[in-house]
Amino acid sequence: MKQGVFTVGDNAPLSPRLKRLRLLGDSSAIARPGQFVSLALPGFFLRRPFSVCDWDASGFSIVYEQVGKGTDYMRSLRTGDRLDVLTGLGNGFDLSRAGNAPVLIGGGSGVSPMLGLARRLLTEGRSPRVILGFGTREDVALLEDFRLLGVCPTITTLDGSFGLRGLVTDALEELQPSFFYACGPEAMLRAVAECSACDGQMSFDARMGCGFGACMGCTRMTRSGPKRVCRDGPVFDRGEIVWED
Amino acid sequence: MGRLSVSLCGIELTNPVIPASGTFGYGYEFAELFDLDRLGTFSFKGTTALPRFGNPTPRIAEAPAGMLNAVGLQNPGVDKVIAEELPKLKKVFHKPVIANVSGFSIEEYAEVCAKLDKEEQVGWLEVNISCPNVHGGGMSFGTDPRAAAEVTKAVKAVTTKPVILKLTPNVSDIVSVAKACEEAGADAISLINTVLAMRIDLKTRRPVLANTTGGLSGPAVFPLALRMVWQVSQAVRVPVIGLGGVSGAEDVIEMMLAGASAVQVGAANLVDPLACIRIIDALPAVLDRMGVKNITEIIGGAHG
Repeated sequence: MKQGVFTVGDNAPLSPRLKRLRLLGDSSAIARPGQFVSLALPGFFLRRPFSVCDWDASGFSIVYEQVGKGTDYMRSLRTGDRLDVLTGLGNGFDLSRAGNAPVLIGGGSGVSPMLGLARRLLTEGRSPRVILGFGTREDVALLEDFRLLGVCPTITTLDGSFGLRGLVTDALEELQPSFFYACGPEAMLRAVAECSACDGQMSFDARMGCGFGACMGCTRMTRSGPKRVCRDGPVFDRGEIVWED
Repeated sequence: MGRLSVSLCGIELTNPVIPASGTFGYGYEFAELFDLDRLGTFSFKGTTALPRFGNPTPRIAEAPAGMLNAVGLQNPGVDKVIAEELPKLKKVFHKPVIANVSGFSIEEYAEVCAKLDKEEQVGWLEVNISCPNVHGGGMSFGTDPRAAAEVTKAVKAVTTKPVILKLTPNVSDIVSVAKACEEAGADAISLINTVLAMRIDLKTRRPVLANTTGGLSGPAVFPLALRMVWQVSQAVRVPVIGLGGVSGAEDVIEMMLAGASAVQVGAANLVDPLACIRIIDALPAVLDRMGVKNITEIIGGAHG
């Protein structure tokens, strides 16, 4: 964990729902894909946590959807604006378990950490396959970024207006992976866990207080007891998850 | 003794800034960012007799200049705290620590305090009779002077360590509760715990918190806390620890002018993990501006 001031590089739309915010500054605390950052926003008390989409030595990017007042404020951020950010939060994905051809599954804004994960798996000489799920054609995001990496994602849309019609699980059934990584709405994560026979890791969203393990605000029950999503997660092994009804 | 030193029930603190229970875990997370020994002490996560998962989520909500929490005293239970957390805490913090204790019956408070009393690292017991997020315990002891006195007596009977009673602001007469605790033997009073509050989500038209209500903390409650510290410190002789929305060095000074002998910092730690260090570092310049040599000179200074 590291606290630092970052400068907005750009804040550009990826789709009508999603924007990508690039922040320039000391990214040295970010060690693994699947870790997150939390932004202090002027006029808001609590920080806002976001998965790191991708990062390099000059900074990092996040992908966000406008869902409330905090993200509404973020939409107005401009190049050159400065933000206080905690970086290097959470455990991140365990790349050592990937095998040769893991499947990366992202849904909605949950496609975000899959880009950084795909890049690092490729660097390690593995061949990730990627499934990205969206509602409709205009929601599709990050496709070009994956293509630039040399990965050709399978896209699913609920209405069939782009790629395969249906859910990410419809595409997953054909791939028969040995390991998966997933990030997206909880209903998607649950469906992924229920339809795949293999082991995998999933990144969970939670309403957090501190984001670094102090307040117990984001606790989730697991098979090995209560865990803090922010500190013990946000990535959990498939076998650890207790699904709530 | 440095100019920031204060005394709390006979134990010297190098400065009056104390991270508040529930906002600082057992310290390890913060030890990544700074040397915990720079703190005078801190109050660790509230401890009950048995392990508690706490409330369902969401447990956290945003508020104007603050936040709501309804964590519900999640903790591994006193035996595990002693066996697992305190040995780890000892590696990162080398001074007496405040053990924060909660309960659902007078017997439970006494049982947990009796166990923590045997721990060398524990300098003080802070008895939380003010948690607004649990049913059948916590705050119900802090809203009735007689019940508050009963808890105080039961705890005092099982420990030789100084006992701090942590009070709730969710009462009409905080002075009567504080006085009842003092008469029952409390060695110090800390106040305030969070203010009972709620938020409603316009999209779902339902409460934001799964527990419906939660405790409001952060700068929003600072003036309320200050007023209560002012009232209580006038009415009791034992030291008062002021807390509630403290987020800067000047807030610490205000609390001490109102009568606090030491000050806890809560919600600020959650949004700025270096908050306490920044406050400690900023205190000497504020004292210089005020022409104050030692911080103890200002305690109760606003009472005239």
